[in-house]
Amino acid sequence: MALTIDLPLQLLQITFLLAIAPLIVGITRKVRARLLCRRGPPLVQPYLDIWKLMHKDAVVADNASWVYRRAPYMIFAATWVAAGLIPTYATGLLFSWSADLIAVIALLGTARFALALAGMDVGTAFGGIGSSREMMIASLAEPAMLLISFAVALIAGTTQLSAIASLFSTGDVGVRVSLGLALLALIVVGIAENARIPVDNPATHLELTMVHEAMILEYSGRHLAVIEAAAQLKLVLYFSLIACLFAPFGMATGEKTALALVVGLVTFVLKLVVLAVLLPIAETTVAKMRVFRYPAFVGSAFAAAALAVFLRFVSRGF
Amino acid sequence: MPEVTIGLWCIAGFLGTGVLGAVLGRHAVATPLVYGTAMCVALAAVLLALEVLLGAAPATSLVLPIGLPGLGAHFRLDALAAFFMLVVNFGAAAASLYAIGYGRHEKAPLRVLPFYGPFLAAMNLVLLAADAFTFLLSWELMSLASWTLVVSNHRQSANIRAGFIYLLMASFGTLCLLLTFGLLSNATGDFTFERMRAAGSSETVVAMATLLALVGAGSKAGLVPLHVWLPLAHPAAPSHVSALLSGVMTKVGVYGFMRIVFDVIGDLSPWAGLVVVVAGGATAVLGVLYAVMQRDLKRLLAYSTVENIGIIFIGLGLALAFRADGQAPAAALALTAALFHVLNHSVFKSLLFFGAGAVQSATGERDMEKLGGLVHRMPQTAVVFLIGCMSIAALPPLNGFVSEWMTFQAILLSPQLTPWGLKFAVPAVGAMLALAAALAGACFVKAFGVVFLSRPRSPAAANATEVDGFALTAMLMLAWVCVVAGTLPGFVIDALHPVTRALAGSALPTQAGVPWLSIVPIAESRSSYNGLIVFFFLIASGSMTALVVHRLASRRTRKSPAWDCGYPLDSPITQYSSASFAMPIRRVFGTVVFGVHETVDMPRPGEMRAGHYRLRVRDPAWRYLYGPLARLVLRSAHKLNRLQFLTIRRYLALVFAALIVLMLVVAAWR
Amino acid sequence: MNPLWFDIAHLLAGGVLVLSLMLLYQDRITAVINVFALQAVVLSLSVGWQALVQSAPHLVATALIALVAKGVIIPTALHRIVRKLDIHREVERVVSGGPTMLAGLGLVALSILLVQPVVETADPVAREDFAFALAVVLLGLLVMITRRNAVTQVIGFMSLENGLILAATGAKGMPLVVEVSVAFSVLIAFIVFGVFVFRIRERFDTVDVNVLERYRGERREHL
Repeated sequence: MALTIDLPLQLLQITFLLAIAPLIVGITRKVRARLLCRRGPPLVQPYLDIWKLMHKDAVVADNASWVYRRAPYMIFAATWVAAGLIPTYATGLLFSWSADLIAVIALLGTARFALALAGMDVGTAFGGIGSSREMMIASLAEPAMLLISFAVALIAGTTQLSAIASLFSTGDVGVRVSLGLALLALIVVGIAENARIPVDNPATHLELTMVHEAMILEYSGRHLAVIEAAAQLKLVLYFSLIACLFAPFGMATGEKTALALVVGLVTFVLKLVVLAVLLPIAETTVAKMRVFRYPAFVGSAFAAAALAVFLRFVSRGF
Repeated sequence: MPEVTIGLWCIAGFLGTGVLGAVLGRHAVATPLVYGTAMCVALAAVLLALEVLLGAAPATSLVLPIGLPGLGAHFRLDALAAFFMLVVNFGAAAASLYAIGYGRHEKAPLRVLPFYGPFLAAMNLVLLAADAFTFLLSWELMSLASWTLVVSNHRQSANIRAGFIYLLMASFGTLCLLLTFGLLSNATGDFTFERMRAAGSSETVVAMATLLALVGAGSKAGLVPLHVWLPLAHPAAPSHVSALLSGVMTKVGVYGFMRIVFDVIGDLSPWAGLVVVVAGGATAVLGVLYAVMQRDLKRLLAYSTVENIGIIFIGLGLALAFRADGQAPAAALALTAALFHVLNHSVFKSLLFFGAGAVQSATGERDMEKLGGLVHRMPQTAVVFLIGCMSIAALPPLNGFVSEWMTFQAILLSPQLTPWGLKFAVPAVGAMLALAAALAGACFVKAFGVVFLSRPRSPAAANATEVDGFALTAMLMLAWVCVVAGTLPGFVIDALHPVTRALAGSALPTQAGVPWLSIVPIAESRSSYNGLIVFFFLIASGSMTALVVHRLASRRTRKSPAWDCGYPLDSPITQYSSASFAMPIRRVFGTVVFGVHETVDMPRPGEMRAGHYRLRVRDPAWRYLYGPLARLVLRSAHKLNRLQFLTIRRYLALVFAALIVLMLVVAAWR
Repeated sequence: MNPLWFDIAHLLAGGVLVLSLMLLYQDRITAVINVFALQAVVLSLSVGWQALVQSAPHLVATALIALVAKGVIIPTALHRIVRKLDIHREVERVVSGGPTMLAGLGLVALSILLVQPVVETADPVAREDFAFALAVVLLGLLVMITRRNAVTQVIGFMSLENGLILAATGAKGMPLVVEVSVAFSVLIAFIVFGVFVFRIRERFDTVDVNVLERYRGERREHL
C-alpha cells in the first residue's frame, strides 16, 4: 500500500494512544471512586493534572545529574515507542514489523532501567527503596512476560504481534488452556508492572509501601508530568496487549477500508473501556500485599505462563 | 604470503613486545612503547581476520617443523578461527590503547609488561593451532601468561590465593582437554585435527570426549560450577588485563569447545546439545544471581561474565541439538546468536572493565559501598559506562539485546525438534534465560546507580577526577561498537555466514538486502527486528517530547535541596547501598541459592555502642563441591606425607613396584 | 470429532490441573479447602462433558457423585473440622512456596513427557486426559509431602483421587462399579482421617504431623 496511507495510519495509532491514555486512567479512577461510594474526580482530571504540572517550575535537587533530567523523556519515549508498535485497531501498520513481542517487552525494560536509575540519582533513601523493589518485581515479572510471549508464539508460530493478532482473530485457534493461562499470567504481570493494587498502590504516599511513587518522589513539574504520562501510556499498552492477544476481534486485519478502520477503532476503544472498568473492580476486592508477598504473587504468573508453555504440547494439532 | 603465515607473524610481533617490555621495563617510555606496539600488531591481526571473514577466503594451513618429532606444528586459519581472531585482537587493541594511559599508574611495570605480549600471542596461537599438541601447548602458555598477570600485584595475599586457584583450575581444564584429544585420536594415533575429524569414533567415545571438552573448555570459559577461579582471578589483575581475561580469554575457552565439539567431533546425538543447553541455563541464572550480590565492582563484572558465558552456551547447545536433529537453518540461527553474543560480550565487558579500572584509578576503590556520585566527577566515563550497562542488560536498541533476541528466536524453534525431552527442556531453559536477562537489568542498575549516581560515600569518591584521554578514547570506541552493532546487526550477521556455513551446514538469509536494514532470521512472517528504527524512534520521540514540553509549557528549573519526604538527611550512609539494593532479590532467591547468613547485632536501649549488621554470602560451589574436595585432598596429602621420610631402599622398592604394576596392567590390556 | 468439543474437554481437564497447582500455591487451610471444592466442581463438569461426548450415561452418575461428595459434603465437613479445631489461620508448609511450585511445574512437564509418546496412537481426548490425570495425581502426592497439617494432607490425598477419576473417565468403557467403589473408598478414608485428626488433636493438642515424630518409638538422633 502507498506510503501516503500507511504513514498517517501509523501516526494515528501513536497519537491516538497518547491522547486516550489519560482518559482511560480517569475512567479507572472514577469507577474506583464510585465503588467506594465516593463521587470521584471528573474523567478529564488526568488531562488537567498533566497540564497543570507541565506549567509549573521543575524543582530539581542540588546534586541531581543529567541522568535525572533526561530519564523522564527516556522513559516516556521507550514506553511510547513500545505502545506504538502494538496492533490496536488494525494489524500490519507501517512499522509493526520493526519490533516483535519480545522487543516490546524489552523496550519496557529500557523504560524501567531509566526509571530505576532516576530513582537512585539523588541519593535519598526512598528513591533507593523504590528502585530496588522495582527491580525485584521486574526480575520476576519480566521472565513471566517472556514466558507468556513464548506460550503465545509457540501457538501462533510467530512473535510478530500483527501476525498473531491476524491469526487469532480468525478463530481457528479455538479455546485453549494454554491461552487461558497466558491471559491469567498477563493480567498478573500487568497488575505488577503498572503498580496497581495488590502489588503497589498508585494513590499511596505512605512511605514504606511505595514502589513506583518512591522512585519518582523527587520529581516535580514537567518531569513529573512526563513520567505520569508514561505511566498512563503503559497502562493503555498493557490493555491493548491483552486486547490484541486475547480479544483481537474487530481489528482491521485485511484490506484497510475506511469502514474496517472505523470499526477497528470503535471496538478498540470499547475494549479499553471495558478493561478500564474491570481493573478497579478487581482492585477493590483485594487488599494490598506486604512487599515480601510479591514474589509469590508474581511468581504465580511465572508458574501459569510456564504451565501454558507446557500445555501447548498436549493441545490439538500438535 | 598465505593468511596463516601473516597470523603467525602477528604472534611473533606480540612476543616481540614481550621482549621489549622485559628489556625496557624500567624506563618510563616502556609503557607507551609496549602497549602502542601491541595495539598496532593487534590492529593488523584484526584486519587480517576481517579479510579472511569478509573475503570468504579459503582456509590456509601451514606445517612448521617444530614440536613433536614426526608431527610438527600444524596451523590453520579458517572462518571460525578468523572470527575469534577478530574478537580477540579487537579486544586486545582496545585494551592496549586503554593501557597506554592506564599503565602509567602501574607500580611495578616489570611485572606486567613482559607478560602482556606473550599472553596475547598465546591466545592467538590457540586459535591457529591445528593439532592437539600445538593446541594444548598454546593453551597452557595462555594459562601461564595470564597467571603471571593475575599475580602481578603479588603483595596482596588474596591475589596470590586467586592465582593459586586459577592455576589449579587451569591445569584441571588442560587435563580434561588432554584426555579429550587422547580419546579422539585413539582410533588413528594421529594428533592433527584433520585426521581426527576424518577418523570418526564410536558413540561412547564421542559422548565422553564431548563431556570432557565441555568440562575442560568450560573451566576456562567459566561454566558453573567450574567458574570459581574466575571471580577471584579476573579482578586481581590490572584492569586492562581484567578486561582481556573476562572479555577475551573466556571466548578462547568458547572457541576451544567449538573447535573440538563442532568441528573435530562433528556427529553427535541431540542429547549432547541438551546437556550443553542446561549447563548454559544454569550458568546464566547462577552467574547473574551471584553478580547481583557482589559489592566489589570488578567481581560483579566477573560474575556477570559467568552469566554471559551461560547465554553463549545456551546458543551453542541449541545449535548442537538442531544440527544433530538435521535442522540446519535453525542450527545456523542458534549458532549465529551465540557467536554474535561472543562478539557483543567481548565488547561491552571490556568497556565495563575499563570503566571499573577508570573508577579504580580515580578513587582507589573497587568497593561499591565507598563509591557514588561519580557522574559529576567523571562525566564522560559515566556516559560510556552507562552504554555498557545498557548493552549488557540486553536493552534495545543496543547490541546485547540483538543477540539475546536471536537466542530467544532459536528457543522458539524448539518444537521442531524430534525428541520429546528437548521440546520441554528448551523452553524451560528459555525461562531461565529470561530470568537471567531480567536479573542482569537489576544487577547493572545497581552497578551504575551505586557507583555513578547517588551521593559520594567516601572522600575518595567525592574528589575523583576524570581519566586520561587514551582510556577515554578506548572506552568511547567500544561504546560506539555497542551502538553500531545494536542498530545495524544485519552486517554482523552477514559476516558470520562463513562460520555458520562451515559448522552448521547452513547460514541465515542474507540480511543486507532486507528493506529498512531490519533483521529477519527466518521469515518476515515469523519475526523481525529493526534496531535502527527503534533507535531512531527512541531518540526522535524523546527529543520531540522534550522540545514540545520546553516550548509549549514550562522550561524553568529551580534548584533546591532534595525533598526526601521532608526528612532529608545529610549523611551519605542514609542512602541505599549496594547491599541494600540487592536485599529484596537476596530475600527472594538468596535463601535457596546461597544459604545467605545475616546477623544483626542491635544494641539495647541505653547502650552506647554501635549496632552491627553482618552479611555472609557464599558461592555454594565452594561449600558443596570444592570444600569437600579440598578436605579430601588435604587428608590424603596428610596420609601421603609419610612417604617423604623413607629410606632409599624403600623408595627403590616403591618405584620397582610401580613398574611391575604398570607392566601387569599392560599385559592384562593386551 | 467437532474441534470445539475437544477444546472444551481440554479446557475442563486443564482446569482441574490448574486447580491442583493452586492447591499447591495456597497457604491458608480455608483457602485450600475452597480450592479443593472448586476442583471437584470442575472435575464433575469435565466428567459430565465426557458423558456427553462419549454418550455414556453412567458417567453422569460419576459426575454427580463427585459434585455432591467432594464438591459439597467433604468441603463443608472439613470447614467444620477446621473451625472446631481452630486452625483456620495456620500457615503450614515444610518446603517454601517457590521450590514447591517449581517442583510442581516439573511434575506437570514430566507427566506430559511420559504420557505423550506412550499413548500417541490413542485418540487425542484420552491422550491429553491421561497426561493431565497423571499430573493431578503427582501434584496430589506433592501436596501431601509438602504440608505438615493433617487436614491438608487429607485434601492432597483426595485431590490425588480426583486425578484417578479423570484418568478413568478419559478411557472409554470404564465400568461404573469401579468408580463407585473408588468414591466410597475415598469417603471411608476421609472418615478415617477425620477420626484420626480428632484423635491426634485430643492426644497431642496439635495436628502438626511433625510433632508426632517426637512420639515415635525409635527417636531420630537430631531431635
